[in-house]
Amino acid sequence: MVKSGTIILNTAARLLMPLQLLFSVFLLLRGHDEPGGGFIAGLVAAGAFTLYLFAFGVSATKEVLRMVDPRDLIGIGLLLGMISVVPAWFMGQPFLTAQWWTIPVIDFKASTPLIFDIGVYFAVLGSVTGMVMTLMEVDKDEP
Amino acid sequence: MQLAVLMGFLLAASSPLLHRWFGHRTSLVLALFPAGLAAWLLLQAPEIIENGSLLLEWQWVPSLGISLTFLLDGLSLLFGLLITVMGACVLVYAGGYLKDHPDIARFHIALVAFMVSMLGLVLADGLFTLFIFWELTSITSYLLIGFNHADIEARKSARQGLFVTVAGGLALMAGLVLLGIASDSWSLAEILSQEADLREHALYTPMLICLLLGAFTKSAQFPFHFWLPNAMAAPTPVSAYLHSATMVKAGIYLLARLHPELGGTAMWVGILSVVGATTMLTGAFLAIHHTNIKKLLAYSTIMALGTLTMLLGIGTEYAMTAFVTFLLAHSLYKGALFMVAGILDHETGTKDVTQMGGLRSLMPVTAMIALVAALSLAGVPPLFGFIGKELMLESVLGAGSFRMLLVLFAFVASILTIAVAFIIALRPFYGKRHHTPLEPHEAPLSMLVGPALLAVGSLLLGLMPALLGANALLTSAATSVSGETMEVTLSLWYGINVALIMSIISLGVGFLLFKRWDSVRAKLSLLAPIMRHGPEAGYESMMNGIVQFSEWQTRLLQNGYMRNYILVMLITLIALIGNSILLRHSPIFAFDLDVRFHEVVVAGTMAMGALFATTTRSRLGAVVSVGVMGFSIALIFILFSAPDLAITQLLVETLTVILLVLVLFRLPRFSNLSTSLERIRDGVVAAMMGILICLLIMTAWSIQQFEPISTYMIENSAPLAYGRNIVNVILVDYRALDTLGEMFVLALAAIGVIAMLKLRHGENSNGKSGESSKVTTKEPYDG
Repeated sequence: MVKSGTIILNTAARLLMPLQLLFSVFLLLRGHDEPGGGFIAGLVAAGAFTLYLFAFGVSATKEVLRMVDPRDLIGIGLLLGMISVVPAWFMGQPFLTAQWWTIPVIDFKASTPLIFDIGVYFAVLGSVTGMVMTLMEVDKDEP
Repeated sequence: MQLAVLMGFLLAASSPLLHRWFGHRTSLVLALFPAGLAAWLLLQAPEIIENGSLLLEWQWVPSLGISLTFLLDGLSLLFGLLITVMGACVLVYAGGYLKDHPDIARFHIALVAFMVSMLGLVLADGLFTLFIFWELTSITSYLLIGFNHADIEARKSARQGLFVTVAGGLALMAGLVLLGIASDSWSLAEILSQEADLREHALYTPMLICLLLGAFTKSAQFPFHFWLPNAMAAPTPVSAYLHSATMVKAGIYLLARLHPELGGTAMWVGILSVVGATTMLTGAFLAIHHTNIKKLLAYSTIMALGTLTMLLGIGTEYAMTAFVTFLLAHSLYKGALFMVAGILDHETGTKDVTQMGGLRSLMPVTAMIALVAALSLAGVPPLFGFIGKELMLESVLGAGSFRMLLVLFAFVASILTIAVAFIIALRPFYGKRHHTPLEPHEAPLSMLVGPALLAVGSLLLGLMPALLGANALLTSAATSVSGETMEVTLSLWYGINVALIMSIISLGVGFLLFKRWDSVRAKLSLLAPIMRHGPEAGYESMMNGIVQFSEWQTRLLQNGYMRNYILVMLITLIALIGNSILLRHSPIFAFDLDVRFHEVVVAGTMAMGALFATTTRSRLGAVVSVGVMGFSIALIFILFSAPDLAITQLLVETLTVILLVLVLFRLPRFSNLSTSLERIRDGVVAAMMGILICLLIMTAWSIQQFEPISTYMIENSAPLAYGRNIVNVILVDYRALDTLGEMFVLALAAIGVIAMLKLRHGENSNGKSGESSKVTTKEPYDG
């Protein structure tokens, strides 16, 4: 049985989780040019939630996640992945052709591959967190 | 047009929202969509009739020959108009029929999605797109048959319909692929305009058989006809739309579409005319067994589908005219009759025609519609059905082969059909009033508009076949079916000929049969024991066989022991890899070994980890040492400058250890369960696997058959894909389709794990499933 709640773990989790999440977003955004990307970032974020799960248990983590069920995250990820393939149709190009736009003010390069990568991120995050959470949930209920 | 069709799916998805906004009027709002499409199609009609066809190009995946291009010619225009016009009628009708049904939003989702899929099916130019839409119609049909999902019969019928049509769909896919290979094109327009004769091609016979299997199952041809009457478990609007006017004609459409390229051979003529005629007779014969009005109509639909197939088989110019005319006539009267059946069911509370009677005074409009539509079914002048039937008999008389058989079958079938028509038109409305479960009264306006429109259509087209360019439309359709320019002139009066005499005789005999229907039915019920051994019994026993087989092989292979799964998988892999590397090719070692000291250290660490994991008696120790191996692999990735892979490996390894630790707590105490012999066997299998993989890697390292694609990717990553991280560019750009597929695999696996954990809650074996699926989920992404 996984026991939650040593002081060191709790404190570390509380401090590390936001950092890990921030880091995962960083990895996600720079992924196209430097090591990183949706899959890795998703795993890092899932690691963050798993750490929190170990420290505080399932119900506390659910509170952190608020309304979002990890299973919904999977759906959101797939949806984003599907959405990102559509714009090419309207440009009269073959399915899945990447589209690039530059957002002027912050000089940020937005693209369909980025949307796609965010989809991967959510799908991975949702899958792993969902599985770990369910495992722990089942664990908790058992005698 | 493509956009309009794709938007239809969005419309279907947003139908719950529309229900919140429009309430009961949603059906009317949704009906605007097919009505608009019909108007658009009508606007294109003059050009199509003028030029023969219209190609709306739209690329999808050009590298695979997949396109969303739409081909609009006479045939698809006729089908497209049928689908949209009938669709509008049915939507309006369904608004009345299911007015207070709590799930009407779900019904609209499936119905609109079906309509769009069917439209895509008849308009598609690409073979792949055609297949996708074909399967979509099967799936939406399944959802609609099983609409009353609380009813076990409805579920069973829905499953049966799905199995039969999807099994046929598989055959169809094989047929389409063969067609694509044989004609070297994936576009129908190109295939149809090709010079080369596919009939001479070596693949002609297997291709035709596969395509026919697909078409026959979809269009309920004998011996696959049994699913259609069962599909009547669907709400009546669905029966009217899918199972008489549109979906079941998809198979017919495919045959008609390919007729110019594939038709006319002895095989085509033989199979199509005999199967068609048999279906026609079977449908008509089985119809008069039933007193359930929907079953009566369903069997008479089978009869009509058989007729259409037979006409395509006959293949003369006359038969082509008869085909398009009969097709239009049938959709008009059968749609109206089904809607009348729905009204009767809705208002009286019974589907049994023998329970109804004397309803004419209570429901005068319905009675009128039923009479017109049924007379068209019977082929009584001056209705449109008469022209269709006249042409059908005429083409049967002019058939090249099997003439006597076809004439006999057609004659008997038309007598039986006439009896059915009289039963539907007269039995519920005339004679003595019966007591019915509900107090009958006239249907609301929304339920009368659709059938009335269709009945009026039957009447007007019969009186004036040239009305609204119908003649030109049918000419254009017949031209696309036959592949040669044709001139169709329809009229009610062709002079006194054999066909007319046959019609008159069959009318008389049919009426007599109707009069003596009750006693005929009593006599026919004596046949019941024989009927039980029909094709449906064959289907049942086949399904039972499949279930038994899968139970047997599940017990054998999936017995719940992880070690057995791994053993089976490894032995299979060893056999396959060993076969190809050792027997078919010989391993080659032609590389220079240049080993550094630190590499030896890492490899040594991995070997130590592996050894420790297999020998230790502590579970935690084993997990940790497996982790050591994983981290060493990550180290190797870093040494060979693949930071992305290394990060991924590290993260996956970490999560795997976490999952394993979670699972460890639920395992029983460590004990030696296997005998030493079993352990030796496991050791041998593991060693063989390791050696084989090693050989494989060394061989792969030695042979460079192709230029590595990595150079292309490295060179083009920044200029083409605007990214310097090649791994990421491959994942999200070059190979995005693969990644998309992997995302779905991952999601499915995760959902499966979550579901299994929740389902098997409390059992001890649930840890295993989580672990094994984790392994499969991470693999495809890295690969």
